[in-house]
Amino acid sequence: MRKKLLIPLNGNDVAPRFDLATEVLIASVDEETGLVEDKTIVLPHASPEDLCHLILTERADVVICGGVEEEYYQYLRWKKVEVIDSVIGSHRLVLKRFMEKELRPGDILREGIGGGRE
Amino acid sequence: MERSGYKKNREAGRIFGSTGILRSLLDAVPLSIVVLDRHRRIRFMNRACEALTGFSSQEACGVPCCYILRTRACFQDCPISKLDQAAEPVSVESDLINKERQLIPVRITLAPIEDMDGKVTGFIESVEDMRFLRKLDGTMNRGFSFGQIVGRSPQMEKIFQMLPFVAQSDSSVLITGETGTGKDLVAEAIHQASSRTKGPFVKVNCGALPETLLESEIFGHKKGAFTGALEDKPGRFRLAHNGSLYLTEIGDLPFPLQSKLLTFLDDRVVYPLGSTSGFQANVRIITATHRNLEEMVKKGRFREDLFFRLNVVRLHLPSLREREGDVRLLLDHFLNTFATQLNKDIGGFTAKALEVLLSYSYPGNVRELRNIVEYAATICEGGKIDPGHLPTYLLEERESTQEREETQMEPLERLEVRDPQEAGQTWEAMERKMILEALMRARGKRGKAAGLLGWGRSTLWRKMKQHGIEP
Repeated sequence: MRKKLLIPLNGNDVAPRFDLATEVLIASVDEETGLVEDKTIVLPHASPEDLCHLILTERADVVICGGVEEEYYQYLRWKKVEVIDSVIGSHRLVLKRFMEKELRPGDILREGIGGGRE
Repeated sequence: MERSGYKKNREAGRIFGSTGILRSLLDAVPLSIVVLDRHRRIRFMNRACEALTGFSSQEACGVPCCYILRTRACFQDCPISKLDQAAEPVSVESDLINKERQLIPVRITLAPIEDMDGKVTGFIESVEDMRFLRKLDGTMNRGFSFGQIVGRSPQMEKIFQMLPFVAQSDSSVLITGETGTGKDLVAEAIHQASSRTKGPFVKVNCGALPETLLESEIFGHKKGAFTGALEDKPGRFRLAHNGSLYLTEIGDLPFPLQSKLLTFLDDRVVYPLGSTSGFQANVRIITATHRNLEEMVKKGRFREDLFFRLNVVRLHLPSLREREGDVRLLLDHFLNTFATQLNKDIGGFTAKALEVLLSYSYPGNVRELRNIVEYAATICEGGKIDPGHLPTYLLEERESTQEREETQMEPLERLEVRDPQEAGQTWEAMERKMILEALMRARGKRGKAAGLLGWGRSTLWRKMKQHGIEP
């Protein structure tokens, strides 16, 4: 079964704040074969409302993010998007953990954090 | 080459004699403090910071500060970059999102830590929670209020007079009252007016979690205490150290946990799950319930000794229908609030709308009144609120002349059935009203509402359909 993931980014890491992210990774993963395709989108400005709109227009099934306000979390949940929040780590490790079905809200994957920024 | 954690700590250790003393000192400070290395990675967070962010010091250790504190300033203008130019500590106002998804306004103050040679080895950061100050700005000159609680009835005046003394006393407090009467607001107001205001205010809903999770949530657990306990968890008592712990729905606290809470109230020691050693916690306990605890004690469902410990100071919040004159005050207050929030020009209520609103009994109390006004303000495009802007159930209830008498806390076993002849109503209208009240009490859960009415679920479903009450 294929799932579409959206991960707001800060360099190579999951962005610590959903509402301040200006770059997102959109990845399609297959349960059996793994990562199928991915693309990075740069947003014109940080906006949680625009990001929610993008999530819905891209028909993402899952959002993996850092801190997100309750309002946006509940909105996405209402729209049947799975949200795994308060995740810390590089997007590669996070994707790997997700494909292993072991990613949980609040997970901190220490290896390589902060590699994408000073 | 990065200095080892041991060498970094040694500088601080030279001043304080040991790093253990430094940790204890910082834990006792009621302000969130973070110690960073020169690469801006967290080395230590004190208890206040754990409570503010929701992350434990252990899990934050080694992680870049911006991933844990998550302040806006981290991404827009990191205060550490300003330190290079300034000779003094740098202070910025920003906001952060904690693990509970709350957006919290904060003030961050940052200063460098230097070794004996004046070389920067790290940074010390304090994070001040600005929520209280922001609220205070809004309420400073507001009459008829205490904190966010508004009222001018004699019943509320009595409460307002008691609150400052209750706040200053540090005794355990039990707040009782029907659902929607403002117990949460009173608990927070007590904390803010107390000497613990700079400390954390931590809330736990005892009815929200199953017993096994609740014990770990409140008292914490040691690594390995149960399957899945991969690391130590501080628990709400530890997070509330030097502050207040607010246990709402205390009547739902399972019996085994009542014993554990009693141990704390006697010894002031908390034993995390799976641990034989406890820790001293300096925490004020505030509890609240809509249930009749005296009845529960008689039936053996609540410990009598715990009840006596909690009942040191008892505050009973009157239901809205008992608060003479407050309905009008609250209608205007909430209309003003929502009109401002929604940026609408709404001048007030029409006479007919006021007639409906003032004659309603508000079984859901202030919360229900607030929801009704929010609904009306959302629907109304401008001008005045008229009956067409009010929820339809209010207009159907308007003809009822019977006031609902309700004991302050009714066990959930049954709802009283009154004689419709006394009320002068048709049985149909009476039954409809009962169903709506039960649904409101059960917060929309039909199974629970059916239980309150003494009916099966299918009976409730059939009657809801009969009365045109949408699920």
